[in-house]
Amino acid sequence: MPLTASIGEATINGLAYIGGLARLTGGAASAVFIEPLRGRQFRFSRAVHQAMAIGVEALPIVSLISFFVGTILALQGAYELRTLGALQLVASAVAISMTRELGPLMTAIVIIGRSGSSFAAEIGTMKVNEEIDALETMALEPVNFLVAPKFLAMILMAPLLTTWADFMGVLGGALFGVSNAGFTLGTYFTATLKALVLRDIVTGLIKSVMFGIVITAVGCQEGFLTGLGSEQVGRSTTSAVVKSIFLVVIVDLIFTAIFYFTAPR
Amino acid sequence: MATDLTPKSESSPETAEVAIDVKNLRVKYGEREILHGINFEIKAGETLVILGGSGSGKSTLLRTLVGLELPSSGELWIRGQNFGALSEEKRDEIRKKVGMSFQGGALFGSLSVGDNVALPLREHTRLDESTIEIVVRLKLDQVGLSGFENYMPAQLSGGMKKRAAIARALAMDPEILFFDEPSAGLDPIIAAGLDELILKLKKAFRMTIVVVTHELASAYLIADRMILLDKGVIVANGTVAELRASQQPRVRQFLDRVPEPEISEELDYLQMLTGETPPLRR
Repeated sequence: MPLTASIGEATINGLAYIGGLARLTGGAASAVFIEPLRGRQFRFSRAVHQAMAIGVEALPIVSLISFFVGTILALQGAYELRTLGALQLVASAVAISMTRELGPLMTAIVIIGRSGSSFAAEIGTMKVNEEIDALETMALEPVNFLVAPKFLAMILMAPLLTTWADFMGVLGGALFGVSNAGFTLGTYFTATLKALVLRDIVTGLIKSVMFGIVITAVGCQEGFLTGLGSEQVGRSTTSAVVKSIFLVVIVDLIFTAIFYFTAPR
Repeated sequence: MATDLTPKSESSPETAEVAIDVKNLRVKYGEREILHGINFEIKAGETLVILGGSGSGKSTLLRTLVGLELPSSGELWIRGQNFGALSEEKRDEIRKKVGMSFQGGALFGSLSVGDNVALPLREHTRLDESTIEIVVRLKLDQVGLSGFENYMPAQLSGGMKKRAAIARALAMDPEILFFDEPSAGLDPIIAAGLDELILKLKKAFRMTIVVVTHELASAYLIADRMILLDKGVIVANGTVAELRASQQPRVRQFLDRVPEPEISEELDYLQMLTGETPPLRR
């Protein structure tokens, strides 16, 4: 196949994939927000169960990772700042980097590894065992039944986890700040709060929700697209993780650019 | 519960007579047509066995009958309604009145047996938990799995999984019950037990039952009528006696278990399976 045709085919397949994700997300969002208004009840118990798995069970690892990322940020920032004699700016450097970028992004990476892969594996295994077909024959629409609870749980848990990650990141920076930059815990936190504007935190949280939506859509989509046979489930899981990471970074770029160009002068 | 207790004579003539009517059904996967114009009907209360070899299209036919595949042309009438012309909601209404037992059981691995059977009741009815518990116990009892409510599917043997799947299919008191290869992978004794169960359901509830299988012994036992599918067309349609007496070559080959002649060319093998002339012939 000539190169142009390959590129064209890849582009069309890519766009079709994104379209599939959009449809899945739309279906899930409709099930969560619109259907209950039409009288079709939404089972919150399933969403709560998912929220436990996505959010609560991720707390230990998110805490550890964010804490260390905060320390790393402080170390890297201080490296330059001390040559400028501006070491006391390390608190604001950590705060802004965490809330605007690394809090949402690192949390998303953890969620991809834990939840994105598990969505793909769970739904993929169900597909291989004909359980998805069974749901359809029982008039239980798979998107309503399987995806919508995950969707709701994710859009609640992603920003909450990110907020926690931001806090732990600041704490990690404080570890460096207190030991090597002449701060006390109190002055470090004061400096942090002074540096942060609401916009920093809000843009980070918006991004985290967007990341969460992408991760849920890709994980579930890969699950539904699983071919027959157990080795296909492994393939779907890998594919879900890789595609999620890629798409999260793209979405990060898009939203960061949007926030940059819409920033008040 | 959901059992319809009206005597058959009070329902409208069409639904009392014909449960499923298939007219000129054609089904495609992508570009390939698998079923080439299928015509048959199933009377209410009848047990139909769909026989066929690999590649005959019987799984596709079953999937289309339960609504998992949409035909590319032709009509499927279930309970007097044209399935293809219905809205999704009306189709769901029909799906609730139809039960399907999949080849591997397709039990939901994350739920216990009891929760599996209870699922359609919890989702589609407003019955309270204690009533649902009673119904679940009843259904499990009917399939010979009393007391297994709290087992997880992974803890069950193959035969037990199939029984649990049947219990789940029976949960909403369906009018039509579909079985995909009920005896597949089971030893003859367990398979015979399942045949017994199907016969029991047939007698007790007068359900319309459609079974896809290639196990002839089971088929002879449970069928009122049989259909033989070959390469996407029906080559025989009649009672068990009629088919056993048929002199048609394909029917005789299937029923007498005559193997195909050895084929070593891949394209020939594909052609034998599907009846199509492959695109690339030297």
